[in-house]
Amino acid sequence: MPDFLLELRSEEIPARMQAGARADLEKLFRKEMDAAGLAVGKVTVWSTPRRLALIAHDLPGATEAVSEEVKGPRVGAPPQALEGFLRKTGLTEDQLIERGGVLFAISEKPGRATAEVLAEAIPAIIRAFPWPKSMRWGAASLSSESLRWVRPLSGIVAILGDELVPCEAGGVTSGFATHGHRFHCPGEITIGGAHDYAEKLRACHVIVDHAERQDIVRDKARAAAKGAGLALVEDEGLVVENAGLTEWPVPLLGRFDETFLEVPPEVIQLTARTNQKYFVCEDAGGKLANAFVCTANISAEDGGAAIVNGNRKVLAARLSDARFFWEQDRKVPLAEQAKKLERITFHEKLGTVADKVERVAKLARWLVNEGIIKPSPHSPEGEGELLADQAELAAKLCKADLVTEMVGEFPELQGVMGGYYARAEGLPDAVADAIRDHYKPVGQGDEVPTAPVTVAVSLADKLDTLMSFFGINEKPTGSRDPFALRRAAIGATALIVTNGIRASVWVLLTVASIEISGDIVAREMGCRSDEVAVALERRFGWRAAQLVDDIELNEYDQGFTNDHWALDSFDFGRHHLLDFIIDRLKVQQREAGVRHDLIDAVFALGGEDDLVRLLARVHALQAFIGTEDGKNLLAGYKRAANILKKEGVEAADAISLSYTPEPAEKALIDALDAAGPKAAADVAAEDFAGAMAALATLRAPIDAFFDEVTVNDADPAKRQYRLSLLARFRDAVHGVADFSRIEG
Amino acid sequence: MNQSTAPLPFQEMILRLHAYWSAQGCLILQPYDMRMGAGTFHTATTLRALGPEPWNAAFVQPSRRPTDGRYGKNPNRLQHYYQYQVILKPNPPNLQELYLNSLLAIGIDPLLHDLRFVEDDWESPTLGAWGLGWEVWCDGMEVSQFTYFQQMGGFDCKPVAGELTYGLERLAMYIQGVDSVYELDFNGRGVTYGDVFLENEREMSKWNFEVANTDALFDGFKKAVAECENCLEAKLPIPAYEQAIEASHLFNLLQARGVISVQERASYIGRVRDLAKGSCQAWIEKNRDQWAKDFPEWVL
Repeated sequence: MPDFLLELRSEEIPARMQAGARADLEKLFRKEMDAAGLAVGKVTVWSTPRRLALIAHDLPGATEAVSEEVKGPRVGAPPQALEGFLRKTGLTEDQLIERGGVLFAISEKPGRATAEVLAEAIPAIIRAFPWPKSMRWGAASLSSESLRWVRPLSGIVAILGDELVPCEAGGVTSGFATHGHRFHCPGEITIGGAHDYAEKLRACHVIVDHAERQDIVRDKARAAAKGAGLALVEDEGLVVENAGLTEWPVPLLGRFDETFLEVPPEVIQLTARTNQKYFVCEDAGGKLANAFVCTANISAEDGGAAIVNGNRKVLAARLSDARFFWEQDRKVPLAEQAKKLERITFHEKLGTVADKVERVAKLARWLVNEGIIKPSPHSPEGEGELLADQAELAAKLCKADLVTEMVGEFPELQGVMGGYYARAEGLPDAVADAIRDHYKPVGQGDEVPTAPVTVAVSLADKLDTLMSFFGINEKPTGSRDPFALRRAAIGATALIVTNGIRASVWVLLTVASIEISGDIVAREMGCRSDEVAVALERRFGWRAAQLVDDIELNEYDQGFTNDHWALDSFDFGRHHLLDFIIDRLKVQQREAGVRHDLIDAVFALGGEDDLVRLLARVHALQAFIGTEDGKNLLAGYKRAANILKKEGVEAADAISLSYTPEPAEKALIDALDAAGPKAAADVAAEDFAGAMAALATLRAPIDAFFDEVTVNDADPAKRQYRLSLLARFRDAVHGVADFSRIEG
Repeated sequence: MNQSTAPLPFQEMILRLHAYWSAQGCLILQPYDMRMGAGTFHTATTLRALGPEPWNAAFVQPSRRPTDGRYGKNPNRLQHYYQYQVILKPNPPNLQELYLNSLLAIGIDPLLHDLRFVEDDWESPTLGAWGLGWEVWCDGMEVSQFTYFQQMGGFDCKPVAGELTYGLERLAMYIQGVDSVYELDFNGRGVTYGDVFLENEREMSKWNFEVANTDALFDGFKKAVAECENCLEAKLPIPAYEQAIEASHLFNLLQARGVISVQERASYIGRVRDLAKGSCQAWIEKNRDQWAKDFPEWVL
């Protein structure tokens, strides 16, 4: 059975699109073959910057014959219907087949030669190709109907076995001819078929298999570094990109001036990587070395000396720029830079970045002052005040690097550069580290800061961002999350959970929203935000610190809402945001194997928005639900809940016992009398395993109760009392978690 | 690059490019006599990229980028430099080969130097134009932009034109092996690029960044906008387009003076784009009957 080779040659395909193009080519090919009824087995796809190739192995010589059945009118239908059907199918009446009173036309479709199928499929594949960006070109583009491709399509090779598959697309006709390497082998070469394609190209300095080119880039870049006594800083993204930019990759090592190493290594690596697609190297001690590896696309006559020299100069010019930025930026203290943040709009409704920084600084200090974020346990006396000062300072400076030249050039280095500049001007390490790391964690799986100053700034920043956007109703919808709020919420929950931060999220959000709404109202009223704070304090007698002890938030909200729309929307926003954060918590905890329905079950009780306690409760619940007692109790709960729902019983009425209870009934009463208070006390003491154990004592009594006692007794007194007993059981369970949320 | 002979002087490089593209059938035009940010602004590119008529031209265009000025202190950055522009409409099928041969003509040997086409899609928000193509790398340095125009002034290019833009100073620095633009050998007889332009860079940087009267610039911008509209009403696309060029450059100067906020920036760009689009539209209106007659298969 013959192999089929398809090569679509074009001008240089962007490296980043090649992997997708390979997958699309195979998918479209299989789809076309499938539609034609041609069985396709193994398919190989390759790409270089100048070609996409596909080899389908062992294709059958022809498609199978198929018989197609078309349903027609019923027997005895009006003659017009029959005539119409005969016209449509091109058959005569005696050729129709009758089955169950209905006429069918059976048409036998003979098998088609594979070459013929392919000749039709190739132009269809080319026309349907889903490039992320495509273009028109050449004289044919006078018409808007002209073919679109990623860059001009220049050749088609289509060979089945050793026979040409004649076809045409966009004025390009298929043939046996292709091109080798642009410079090493200019001019046409002739391909015999799938069997000699890769080797003929290899002879012409083209390695068509992208995986092989990737191996070459990886191995030879490593070897080049090793040859210089260094280790390559591995970067698989660069391997793939360089393999996508070359048909004949030749990694070459070059050196740059050692004095550039005074620039932070992150900057050097980023300059080399982003702008030039170079690898960098480390010495034996893991320090960045003054070496780079570039990947040329030719075996140069001089061994690459001129190429290395040229690349060295380009890198030197780039690094000179970087060093210039590094020097310039350090001349201005971060506190001075931070003033320029007034010029940067954070969001049109939320003021400038300077406004945001001011809020974050207040919030960070508040988190420490309230003892929500504590100094590390082994720190000396008086550490609390120092921590508060450092958190506020770090927060005030944390965005200052956004206006530096370096971050302007390399936005990816935000935070990192701030950390360097802070250290360079002699700020304490804790502050510099906090500036560097306050964006962390960036999404799931990123390292979560634990240094108290960093945690304070990072958490304050994320809470402010979340509350700001939810307050102005800029919530993520579907796949749209332009302000990366999902990431911020995951970051905030990770900080809270990892560091065991004990606080009501509702209170955190409330304090954050007061600062933000103050800013918004200030803008609305055209006064300075500190004046608003004074006015508000006079009006509501409010201080943020008091909120924690005395949560009269609703009252505060109420009074404020009457005066301004702003807090109204903030109140809504805060409710949505709390739900949003719990949702993110579920996503975040999924990896740790925590069941989302159990989080719901605890959260649904209301009042549980201390994430650390919530998770402790969920962990205990999850362990319990996994036991035999837990499963049976859940079953008993669902049965009780169903009965109560049917009977419309909302709450357990206090009914005294007016008859002699049956033994099973008595057992349940006793069990509830013991377990109810025990579970409640354990929950209050945060002994959740104890609370679960208390619930477990209800399992046998509730099972026995359902087995032996009739709830729906003819005596209304008994019936009513038994329902109230079930309600007490339900309430006792709800003291621990809302079991109705538990799945299964 | 032939190491054995003296490196190609700046002016000689231009002459060789002229000779090469002239031999490929291009008109060799002179620079447009207005201040502009790139060769693409030349009417020979912008307006001629529209419509069905074949058009092949090459020219040097002085390009002004006020914010790139460095007072003559940065060896790689200039507020005034030269672009070499080639426009071929429709693009011939072998445009890449023609381009590579032009590099050979100025001494860049593709078996000694690593030439690469690296994805770089071009977009000019002020011209309402975009295209797909590459930046061309020579040993890791970007030496040219290679673009297949897809739209100009918001109109589909039918047919597509290929545009090549060479950064002449950069290319010359590479060929001559010098590290500073001011050290470039201009004529092969002892005159350097610095002799000719260093003082210009110093004075113009100072003017661009510090001295230019911003009231006059704002005023000029408004007047250019008004005059463009006046020309459009009079159905004069070329003078209208000149006012768009003027407005665009005045906007760049205002940017250099730091008097346009981030928020305002988008709105200024939008206004210039409207002028450029209006001019392109007027150009099409003026020519479409003739184009339709000469090229029956062409539709807008």
